[in-house]
Amino acid sequence: MTTTFYVSAAVAIIATAMAVTRSHGVHALLYLIVSFLAVAMVFFVMGAPFIAALEVIIYAGAIMVLFIFAAMMFNLGQQAVPQERQWLKPGMWIIPSLLAAILLAQLIALVFAGGGRNLAAGIATPREVGIALFAPYLLGVELASLLLLSGLVGAYHIGRHLRRSDATP
Amino acid sequence: MTAIPMEYGLVLAAVLFAIGLAGVLVRRNIIFLLLSIEIMLNASGLAFVVAGSRWNQPDGQVMFLFILTTAAAEVAVGLALALRLASRFKTLDVDAASKMQG
Amino acid sequence: MLSYLWLVLALPFAGFFVLAVGGARLPKSAVAWIGVGTIGASALLSILIGAGFLIAPPPHHAYTQTLWTWIHVGAVTQKVSLYLDALSLIMMLVVTFVGFWIHLYSAEFMERDEGYSRYFAYMNLFVGSMLTLVLADNLLLLYLGWEGVGLCSYLLIGFWYKDSVNGIAACKAFIVTRIGDTAMLVGLFLLFFSLHTLQIQDLMHRAVEQWPVGSGLATAAAALLLGGAVGKSAQLPLQTWLPDAMAGPAPVSSLIHAATMVTAGVYLIARTNVLFALAPVVQAIVAIIGAVTLVGAGFSALTQWDIKRVLAYSTISQIGYMFLALGVGAWSAAIFHFMTHAFFKSLLFLGAGVVIQAQRHEHNMFKMGGLRKQLPVTFWTFVIGACSLAALPWVTAGFYSKDLILWDAWHSQQGSAWLWAAGVIGAFLTSLYTFRMVFLTFFGEQRQPVDHKPRLRVIVALVVLAAFALCSGFLELPQTLGNVPLFTSFLHNALPAVNARPFPTGLQLLFQVVTAVVVLGGIYLSYLLFLRDRGFVQSATNTPVGQVLHRFWFTGWGFDWLYDRLLVRPFIWLARADKGDVIDLIYSEIASVTRTLHELASATQTGRVRWYAMGIAFGAVIILAIVRSR
Repeated sequence: MTTTFYVSAAVAIIATAMAVTRSHGVHALLYLIVSFLAVAMVFFVMGAPFIAALEVIIYAGAIMVLFIFAAMMFNLGQQAVPQERQWLKPGMWIIPSLLAAILLAQLIALVFAGGGRNLAAGIATPREVGIALFAPYLLGVELASLLLLSGLVGAYHIGRHLRRSDATP
Repeated sequence: MTAIPMEYGLVLAAVLFAIGLAGVLVRRNIIFLLLSIEIMLNASGLAFVVAGSRWNQPDGQVMFLFILTTAAAEVAVGLALALRLASRFKTLDVDAASKMQG
Repeated sequence: MLSYLWLVLALPFAGFFVLAVGGARLPKSAVAWIGVGTIGASALLSILIGAGFLIAPPPHHAYTQTLWTWIHVGAVTQKVSLYLDALSLIMMLVVTFVGFWIHLYSAEFMERDEGYSRYFAYMNLFVGSMLTLVLADNLLLLYLGWEGVGLCSYLLIGFWYKDSVNGIAACKAFIVTRIGDTAMLVGLFLLFFSLHTLQIQDLMHRAVEQWPVGSGLATAAAALLLGGAVGKSAQLPLQTWLPDAMAGPAPVSSLIHAATMVTAGVYLIARTNVLFALAPVVQAIVAIIGAVTLVGAGFSALTQWDIKRVLAYSTISQIGYMFLALGVGAWSAAIFHFMTHAFFKSLLFLGAGVVIQAQRHEHNMFKMGGLRKQLPVTFWTFVIGACSLAALPWVTAGFYSKDLILWDAWHSQQGSAWLWAAGVIGAFLTSLYTFRMVFLTFFGEQRQPVDHKPRLRVIVALVVLAAFALCSGFLELPQTLGNVPLFTSFLHNALPAVNARPFPTGLQLLFQVVTAVVVLGGIYLSYLLFLRDRGFVQSATNTPVGQVLHRFWFTGWGFDWLYDRLLVRPFIWLARADKGDVIDLIYSEIASVTRTLHELASATQTGRVRWYAMGIAFGAVIILAIVRSR
């Protein structure tokens, strides 16, 4: 189990790093899907199978697919690679990487400042998650549905006035 | 199985978050920007699940569910905005929409 | 009768107000009636008041009329009150009487001018201010009148403002007299702070009580008042404005720059004679200024080609005589000369105005000639005025007043033979240049046809003034010629008498004979040089020495050049150097530093999303660092 954890973690990190640095749109998206699958494995190892499933179904399955549709619509394939290369000069990475590294160092320091504990051995079953959702977090569920409704309405409204000819850049 | 220290899970979350942050700061194409934001959201959700797993309670997973919902809604609206950006400025360059400067 | 004194002042001001507000809408005849009528009424009233004063003099020969309290702040109370004594009565009579005839003349002279109502409005304001000056009981009201006449002088010199040269001359007059006015104001402050009053009679009493003769304060106060007088009366060193002031119309020059405003300085010194008596150094300076100015201006008048400029320098010279008289303590003689000078000089200016208008606005005497047949009345009145100016013996008023000054210059305790000699040289020069002017203008062959002949109003004014130029001298006949001291004895109610030193009898007659010979000699020399054969003068002017002297005297002894180099250019240089407003830099620098900070701050608003995301991340880093450090 622990090896699974470490391997999945490594895959996730590498895949995410690749996703962020690719110039080809679809490649980046695919790398990200791999990253999400690895993270789902991590979830599974940690005893959260429900969430592992949801990660794959919703995050990798729905959201990423939506991204791929958008990439297709905007022609982010081979056609856009030179443009992306131009925007991604190596010099541009220095300060963001530095900032992210400092933040990372601070977070790690914070994490290791607390008392060491291990992940529990048990599994939080889907049943428990369901009971939790319908009892203490009922309000949260309702709000989440409201959020989705507003997202739906918003996306519809914002995209409504678009003329079909203006869709592609 | 040998126990995995909680710190390693949180460190993983932190690393993914940092990579996502770097991506947000560097990428100019709006789709990739949204992508990097997704990475950050995912990383923060991972942190919640780690925390929930430490106490062996479902609360972490519930929180992750909510984050997932948020991410979905945000992606929908975000891509609609990307459409409008593309139609208005004829480019996906997020720096094109910098009229509120000065 | 005396209680109507305020009306003498009020009528011209009322005339000014009516003409200023509605003059443009009234027909020209109405404007003339109002403009001339107010001064005429004032003149008539002055004569009645004068008669009343002479028949039934008020106690101490002085009448005060308080109109209202002007300032009442803490310990400072200044009233608007009028003071009538022998001195101010004579001044008032001369101002209103001469003013009336000049206004009548202007009614015809300025007929064709489009600024007719504006002209009369300004002239009325001038007469009102001059009367304020003359009748003022305290120095503050006098200063008000002083400033008022300065303002009107500016307005009237620059009357034909469309030509910028006139405006420049007006500015020059105003600025130069302003320098004197500032000195006078400082003097007023000094007097008020030391003696706590500005009421003139009070001031005189307190000064005598508190200040010993020759004390520093008295000297300073007298010197500062002298500064003001010198500016207004165009004496050395502030005389440069008067020749340029001839840019105004001829009646303006006649009223303001011959008869009245330029004598305001003489009046001031005569009024505050106690202060000058307390500061003998300053009084001696007054005499020296008078003597130097009268000779210098005489030489300058000899070289001018513009007829009005000759008269301007002549005015400077004659006022020099008045200053000379004041300086030796002959106060009444100065006022006597003021009165006769008012008559003949204003007459000469009015005559010059007629001539200029007749020759189509030609001012150059060398381009005129032979006008005596075409303009007979003008010619005869002009000659009468010229004779009076030159002090033709026994028949003209000018002779008696000038002779009195010359005699007092010698026989006063404060006089000296040098001052007398300067006066005699001045008399010679006066007759020389005066008759040069007459011969060039009216004799010889006519070069330009006569354009415009004077009519009734002008002729009446000229004749009346000529009559007075001849007869007003008979008020004061010296001991050797009839002994009629009417004028001086009247004035001795207000002014002290001359401190005489003993002199052998018959000396006075000798002096008179000397004066007469000098004057007649001057006239004869003028006839030889300018009527018989002008060739000598021309050849003399063409020699190298002659050219230098001629140019030097022509430019008024180079004072304009001196002041330009000494004062005007450094000032302009300074103004240019301060073009960026150096002092203001302190404040503007604060503003620009703020603006720079603002620009720095606004540079952080780039409008780019990723930049703001970096800002958020950076903020997170800082907050985590703070959290970590606790």
